[in-house]
Amino acid sequence: MVSVDDFRGGETAWCPGCGNFGVLMAVKTALVKLGKMPHEVLLVSGIGQSGKLPHYMKCNTFNSLHGRTIPPATGAKAANHGLTVLAVGGDGDTYGEGGNHFIHGIRRNPDITMIVHNNQIYGLTKGQASPTSDLGMKTKVQSHGVFETPLNPLALAISLDCGFVSRGFSGDINHLSSLIAKAIKHKGFSLVDMLQPCVIFNRLNTFKWYKERVYKLSDSDYSPDDRTAAFEKSLEWGDKIPLGVFYERSGPSFEDNLPALADGALAKQINHPDAGTLNKLIEMFM
Amino acid sequence: MIDTVDVGIKIGGAAGQGIQTIGAVLSKTFQRGGLYVFGVQHYYSRVRGGHNFFYARISNKPIYAMRERVNLLIALDHASIDEHLGELERGVVVVDRDSVKVDSESESLFHVPLKSIADDVGGSQLYANTVATGAVLGLLCYPFDILSDVLSQTFKKKGDAVVEKNIASARAGYDYAQKNFPGRCPIMLEPVEKPNSRMLITGNEAVGLGALAAGLKFLSAYPMTPSTGVMNYVASKADSLGVVVEQAEDEISAITMAVGASFAGVRSMTTTSGGGFSLMVEALGLAGMTETPIVIFLCQRPGPATGLPTMTEQGDLEFALHAAQGEFPRCVLAPKTADDAFYITSKAFNIADKYQIPVFILSDQYLADSVFTCERFDLDQIKIERYLMKDAELEGADYMRYKFTKSGISPRALPGTAGVLVVADSDEHDEAGHINESVENRVAMSDKRMGKLSLLRKEMSLPAVYGPAHAPLTLIGWGSTYGPLKEAVDILKAEGVDVNLISFNEIYPLPIKKINKILERAEKTVSIENNATGQFARVLKAELGFTVSHSILKYDGRPFTPEYIVRELSKMVVV
Repeated sequence: MVSVDDFRGGETAWCPGCGNFGVLMAVKTALVKLGKMPHEVLLVSGIGQSGKLPHYMKCNTFNSLHGRTIPPATGAKAANHGLTVLAVGGDGDTYGEGGNHFIHGIRRNPDITMIVHNNQIYGLTKGQASPTSDLGMKTKVQSHGVFETPLNPLALAISLDCGFVSRGFSGDINHLSSLIAKAIKHKGFSLVDMLQPCVIFNRLNTFKWYKERVYKLSDSDYSPDDRTAAFEKSLEWGDKIPLGVFYERSGPSFEDNLPALADGALAKQINHPDAGTLNKLIEMFM
Repeated sequence: MIDTVDVGIKIGGAAGQGIQTIGAVLSKTFQRGGLYVFGVQHYYSRVRGGHNFFYARISNKPIYAMRERVNLLIALDHASIDEHLGELERGVVVVDRDSVKVDSESESLFHVPLKSIADDVGGSQLYANTVATGAVLGLLCYPFDILSDVLSQTFKKKGDAVVEKNIASARAGYDYAQKNFPGRCPIMLEPVEKPNSRMLITGNEAVGLGALAAGLKFLSAYPMTPSTGVMNYVASKADSLGVVVEQAEDEISAITMAVGASFAGVRSMTTTSGGGFSLMVEALGLAGMTETPIVIFLCQRPGPATGLPTMTEQGDLEFALHAAQGEFPRCVLAPKTADDAFYITSKAFNIADKYQIPVFILSDQYLADSVFTCERFDLDQIKIERYLMKDAELEGADYMRYKFTKSGISPRALPGTAGVLVVADSDEHDEAGHINESVENRVAMSDKRMGKLSLLRKEMSLPAVYGPAHAPLTLIGWGSTYGPLKEAVDILKAEGVDVNLISFNEIYPLPIKKINKILERAEKTVSIENNATGQFARVLKAELGFTVSHSILKYDGRPFTPEYIVRELSKMVVV
């Protein structure tokens, strides 16, 4: 049987104590839990500290550009929908540079899982505010404190009727890996936003800060099938921060809407288009 | 010997008056009669109103360009009279004087009450354009039954009632013209007897058809004039050939989606114009770095910024050549005609797959929207070569996506294959696809990528030489200017001028030595381009060290005509 070691990649270059280690372990554990083989998995990443994740994994990977995770993941999934496609990005990657793809990716609903390392700060470029930085956070650039309203990825996703909206915490690998496994199993676009402390640059949202505030929705009588309630729940932030599945609904995925996939994965279909059909197309111009 | 028939018909009117329909129906009616048709659309960036026109040139011999003279003008608006009356040469004007006020009492103005006939016969003024179509054919004494067949086919989808009303309206226009202006039209057109297997197709349709024939499986794009026709065409045929067409949220998504699909194993392309390509630039480098095959259809329009959205220019050549940071191999192909566009598109996919690089099909609005008469496309000439590893080769292999090879081309496997992991990276990477910033690796990887360009260079086709191999005057052009240049050469030859033409359609990388051999025969050279700065002349200078002696540059958003080229050459006293 497949084990976590089968997904073990190269030496990590993250800072000691980085929240990313928990994410890496959670992703691998989720894949093992689902019985996925490395060759069945495609990991598409952006650029940032999160974008390095593919290098520490062993599976098919496409390390794309900053912000450009969802579109190539969508294209790859359409080309071979037999692949389990995971997109990995950071908060700047997914909610800033790739914001438009996030919005329209949800609308398009490809069967991919978007895993966002949300540390509320820019790590790779050494400490600028991110779209999710809390108000008032001071950085080298935001010297008077962040004044832009933080982007709420869960509320945004729920407003777009995203089929699977969840939040995990890298400090709770078991919970996070089970969320990722659920997200992968969900047919359609699934979001796993992960609170993941940056131990170097984010002195506000520290491991301790998160630990004191997070609680699991599964410990309450919360049910993720009501979109309005989910939206309300997604606004909860501050003293208490909910973790878990906020919203889930089923519906046709992008691939379900593509008649061309009816005969199997495009990448497995024969490369030569039918000559009879082509001749008919030519004759239409005669 | 048969006399040459060569007639120019212009249909002018406001957007929304059905000019394109008249143009398409007339073109098809003549083509079905064995005649050659060349059609050009001129339109503005608006859905209703303004002044647009369609120009159709009809001949019994092959033709490659529009001409400036007009023999028959259908004036659906007043601007048609103002702007095009002067272009009339031994010709007549069809005009509905009830709705278009004209002061002139010239005998060449033929009043046809288009709207009232349409009302009477079709029950709506909407049929006025079909009445006009019929009237034109009536004047030219061209058989009505061909038109009737074309109308049936054109409007079949809209139901029998619409077909019948169209045919009745056309018939009424035809009869009106024959009855009221018998023998008064100085030009006639008759079908050529022998049946033909020619096609009537636009540049954009030819690219779309070429892509389908090449096994395209995934097209993602954001609509942008004048490229949109390719996406529209492919989308309309996608179901019959199992192709995915996705309209992306922006051009960045369009190209990166296509890159993702290609990485996962299918032939992919994106279509855009200069403004959209500006957004795609980073992903061009992504394809270059990850060595992912991708075909980019870049349909030029005059820039910068929004520019002249519906007009033509060859202003993005250097942009395509130099876009994106860093250095990586790419290929630029610029089709000359619709049939060239069909074949070169399939070549673009083979080059992309073979060398694992981005390949441009560089078109422009003139080529995109113009209607060409082509010999039936030959599917036997389309070879699909994917250059993917075979299962047997993968057996037990320790696969590395960027393995160093003598050619620089690494064997390509696809993700999802048992026993194989495909690792691609936009960072500089090692053979296995993982980040590697060492000196040795960087140099070796860069050499590997650029080495593919040297190999491709050898495979590029030479430009075609039209006319004698040696001539005191050589015209040089690239891409869509081929037609007007070829006909300019014909005009000059008829005037006794010794001239030839070198026309390029495979633009980059140029096979330097072989092209130098062709160019060194030339004496006086004139580079003729649809741009303001002579971009291709600069490519020749940079790549070959060749300096053209003269240039004719046109950057008013309008295409070249053969006459314009001849006039400009005369001014330069090189002729």
